[in-house]
Amino acid sequence: MYHKTVPYRIFTAFNTVGLLMLSLLCVIPLVHVLAVSFSAKSAADANLVVLWPVDFTLEAYKKTIDNPVFLHSIWVSVLRTVTGTALTLLLAVTAAYPLSKETSVFRGRNVYAWIFVFTMIFNGGLVPFYIVIQKLGLVNTFWVLIIPGAVNVWLTILLLNFFRGIPKELEEAALIDGAGHFRTLFHIYLPVSLPALATLTLFSMVFHWNSWFDGLLYLSNSRDYPLATFLQTVIIQRDMSSMSFDPKEMELISQKTVKAAQIFIGALPVLIVYPFLQKFFVKGLVLGSVKG
Amino acid sequence: MKGFKRTWPFHLMLLPSLVLLVIFNYIPMGGIVMAFQDYKPWLGIGGSEWVGLDNFRYLFERQDSLQVIWNTLLIAALKLVFNLAAPFTFALFLNEVRREGFKRYVQTMVYLPHFLSWVILGGILLDVLSTDGGFVNRALTAMFGIEPIFFLGDGNWFRFTVVVSDIWKEFGFGAIVFLAALANVDPSLYEAAEVDGASRLRQTLHITIPSMLPIAIVVGTLSLGNILNAGFDQIFNLYNPLVYDKGDIIDTFVYRTAILSGEMGFGTAIGLFKSLVSLVLILISYRLAYKWAGYRVF
Repeated sequence: MYHKTVPYRIFTAFNTVGLLMLSLLCVIPLVHVLAVSFSAKSAADANLVVLWPVDFTLEAYKKTIDNPVFLHSIWVSVLRTVTGTALTLLLAVTAAYPLSKETSVFRGRNVYAWIFVFTMIFNGGLVPFYIVIQKLGLVNTFWVLIIPGAVNVWLTILLLNFFRGIPKELEEAALIDGAGHFRTLFHIYLPVSLPALATLTLFSMVFHWNSWFDGLLYLSNSRDYPLATFLQTVIIQRDMSSMSFDPKEMELISQKTVKAAQIFIGALPVLIVYPFLQKFFVKGLVLGSVKG
Repeated sequence: MKGFKRTWPFHLMLLPSLVLLVIFNYIPMGGIVMAFQDYKPWLGIGGSEWVGLDNFRYLFERQDSLQVIWNTLLIAALKLVFNLAAPFTFALFLNEVRREGFKRYVQTMVYLPHFLSWVILGGILLDVLSTDGGFVNRALTAMFGIEPIFFLGDGNWFRFTVVVSDIWKEFGFGAIVFLAALANVDPSLYEAAEVDGASRLRQTLHITIPSMLPIAIVVGTLSLGNILNAGFDQIFNLYNPLVYDKGDIIDTFVYRTAILSGEMGFGTAIGLFKSLVSLVLILISYRLAYKWAGYRVF
């Protein structure tokens, strides 16, 4: 009834326009960067580019791709994302299964759960962590990007909450048929948990792709940097030292359009997985965290 | 023993994660003793001199560390309030949209910034907020005729920029829990209100908002435990020496003192101070969330 009243119609009109503007506000900066990356250098330097490329050219992308350091950092990031996600997922699955059991079935459950959760609320801080990594000889290895953060307690909790929603009868039937817990986990639980696993995979992928601080902290040779760390030094710190002192490359990073292209390439994988991500995560998240 | 025979697969499944947690989470906790030492890397924890609480005394005497604690509290508190209010309000307005297609479109757009890293967003912000021809300053000049604002180079504007850009990044994603709460409201409540002739505003005040309150209390209390996390990634990628006095937070300060300047004992002490205060706050806020809204973490 209220739908038809004049004040409500006026409100709806304003609301729609407001939300439309808000939604544009969230992507406009990215569109601007995209437009700059496709514009001619002169137009970009003169600040002529707003949301549409001026004098369209692929020059910036050509120069970016020409840079072997940049390409190598993409490779490091891809390798890191694939390996890191696989390991995190495996650990989350194997830890979430026992933790999802009732205490009556698995008596040690609460002790383990506390050991896991405590790491979320207290830590030794950056310095002791750094020293442990150093003592383990992980500094300047690829594995420093993967191993220290492999156990993701937050994702494990998300998954264990999902596991709890799986009907007990499924598991009981499997156990009566003589299947062990490993078999039950991999053949009964995992196939019905695909939405949750998709959510975890995508969260973990985004996490690994975006991580930059560990690279900065533990890798001293900038040629080993993953893309996010490379971008951090070149674009944020404007640090030329991660490039060789080839004047051609110096010119390359000082250019606005090239920077824009690099930023956009850095964001691209997230933009690509995002639509799939969005389909899953709302359900996965709400099931996993809110209802508890 | 009979129990273990039945549950050994569980222990085995947990073993790899447990080993990693011990190595990378529990062993570093032992390194906390460095906070009570004048730690020298070449002497190690065993050889460094014990100095008792000197590092902590130093922490509360140094002008810069007190300033840093204040910055952290201020920035985090502002974020806490606005990152609760903005998603709440946004969810309320989005809830009034009846066209599903438009609703989904808005949601898709506003969730996006959450998934981009502060490196990417920092790179974008450095560009669009710059004083010489940045997109934002040009728009402000064109619309209001004001002088360009030094968003990232002036301490007060820096704080403003940090809080606003964080809201911008997270409000959409933060709204998910509120939208979920709204989807669970019993439609018959609205029908009954309609029959009673309640306007939409009244329905919002008496049905919609109350049904969002429990989850708002949970989100609010839980983020209380994060009051010393002002956002390392964001600050680190946006700040510069010009705004160290008003923009430096505990986490960035630890990085600069301990890792860059090598004051390891002092860096550990301030890190420990942060962890301890956070731990207490988290335990309190978990308890409150349970008491007020019946929420358990898991």
